[in-house]
Amino acid sequence: MTKSKLTISLFAGLVALTACSSHQSKTASLPPAPTTKAPAPTSNGNADVGAVRDTVVPGSHADFLRQVGTDMVHFALNSHDLDSEAKAILDREIQWFKKYPSTRVTIEGHCDERGTREYNIALGEKRADAVRDYLAKAGVANSINVISYGKERPLAMGSDEESWAQNRRAVTVTPN
Amino acid sequence: MSSVIRKWALTALMAVSSTALFAQNPAASGQAANQGDNRRILRVDITGGISQPMPIAVPVMPTPSSVETLAGTTAVLGRQVASVISNDLKSSGLFTPSQQASLHNVSFPEVTAPQYSYWLSSGAQALVQGFVQANGDGTLTVGCYLYDVFASQEMLHKGFVVKPADWRRAAHKCADAVYTRLTGEGPYFDSRIVYISETGPKNHRLKRLAIMDQDGANHRFLTNGQSMVLTPRFAPNQQTVTYLSYVGNSPRIYVYTLGSGHVRLVVNKLNTTFAPRFSPDGKTIVFSMSVAGNTDIYKVPVSGGQATRLTTSPGIDTAPSFSPDGSKIVFESDRSGSQQIYSMNADGSNQNRISFGSGRYATPVWSPRGDLIAFTKLGGGFHVGVMKTDGSGEQILTNGWQDEGPSWSPNGRVIAFFRTARNSGHTELWSVDLTGVNERHIPTPLDGSDPSWGPLLP
Repeated sequence: MTKSKLTISLFAGLVALTACSSHQSKTASLPPAPTTKAPAPTSNGNADVGAVRDTVVPGSHADFLRQVGTDMVHFALNSHDLDSEAKAILDREIQWFKKYPSTRVTIEGHCDERGTREYNIALGEKRADAVRDYLAKAGVANSINVISYGKERPLAMGSDEESWAQNRRAVTVTPN
Repeated sequence: MSSVIRKWALTALMAVSSTALFAQNPAASGQAANQGDNRRILRVDITGGISQPMPIAVPVMPTPSSVETLAGTTAVLGRQVASVISNDLKSSGLFTPSQQASLHNVSFPEVTAPQYSYWLSSGAQALVQGFVQANGDGTLTVGCYLYDVFASQEMLHKGFVVKPADWRRAAHKCADAVYTRLTGEGPYFDSRIVYISETGPKNHRLKRLAIMDQDGANHRFLTNGQSMVLTPRFAPNQQTVTYLSYVGNSPRIYVYTLGSGHVRLVVNKLNTTFAPRFSPDGKTIVFSMSVAGNTDIYKVPVSGGQATRLTTSPGIDTAPSFSPDGSKIVFESDRSGSQQIYSMNADGSNQNRISFGSGRYATPVWSPRGDLIAFTKLGGGFHVGVMKTDGSGEQILTNGWQDEGPSWSPNGRVIAFFRTARNSGHTELWSVDLTGVNERHIPTPLDGSDPSWGPLLP
């Protein structure tokens, strides 16, 4: 029991790593940027993942990440428009939600630090709303809650274009 | 010599500044001429052309007999009161107080009979003397005297009776009296600031509501940090604070009652509500609410009840601020495509854009004097500035990387704001006066943001 939990969290960690790296490049399909760390295995087609696959509980957040590939979409500066890359991710989310329509969902809206505090709360709300509306229009029946954190919860810590691009995001949160 | 009106001209290192800004204030020379007959009047002139703070001496205040009180002996309090007064005057940027330790010990009888020749030789132009006396009933009297050293004459005397625990307030009131007498500006030292205390890593800051005196003393945390809180604003009567809390993972506005710690939800809806501000009469809260992807400005009675929608644009309308007479509201909106400042009547009618400079404008705050609007300007960083209420006469006052969230001192001459450091995300409270020259760090135990400067204490 302890072992399988450990494996799941390890796996989730791997997926999160891969997901993070893929956001740093323009398109999700590009390989992760090279790092000084040992190369991480990709999330599919790999012997390690094959051993883990059985332990992922269908409908769990780990399952969501495996099926969708990421739990976040990104936005242009001062924008809440969903671009084609974001829509492609959300289309995969839609497929997953249709399998698990009773799962409760929260969409978090976030901004980079280059807006004032209150404006960013409103902008983060718009980003989360854009995701919710896209899902709802596609017939997703799940209960969807939205919350904006404005610029208060950055993912990347720097004050540079790279970090700002990562922080302009909406995150789909499903229960573990 | 005796007919000369001495001026201490202090502003206007910034070329564009003060003449227009202070045109509504009585010029020092005008008032002096009215009062002055053949005497010289000591006066700090904030309309002038040179920056030269006035040398002032605030020696230790003696006590008729040193008595133990709940706040220490009256002898020690006499030293502390003088230090607080000296620090207040220095922080205004308009005075250079002498080092307390270098000044001669003033005896109790000397308080009302200054040794003018000594003070003249010390270089001081103005002299603040006083005393601290324990009264039989457990209270203190702080005497406060201001003298014109050159003219050898008293300019004011006041006495403040306080509980020992409130000795700092007596000192602030003395500093306010001196400041007002010498500058013609309204008082502001006896006031408090509520703000957000911050600590922890940039991606998971612990944020707590906190309150302190304007000089950073008497600091107190009001919330424990379990829920993120942002953007507090004082009620005009200073009994309550309205702010945004993420309690229950639902960002909404609340009213916190100082003293009891009671917290009340303002608008009982599931929608996100934020950016709350009180009306000048304290009866209304104006705020933003997000409904179906659109953020508009609403108002609601503080006592509760139905929210009234004031704006309907499809863009983001937020950061509302009442004019001091309650008749108008300034706010920011991106309805034109970028954040700009708008003005409207308090019922939402007659919405007009007033900012037309380059860049984006946010967080407008109406001055308590009614003549200016402070704002955050975005573009190549964030900077705090002021403009007239019709949008003209823009002046940028600060140039940090991110200076945001202005809040006016009670007299409308100083602006508190917060400064965020690049990369680390550390935040600090700062103040700047309308000349843009006198910029000061406001000390806080941890990092600080979102200052709201309360009105003058009663």
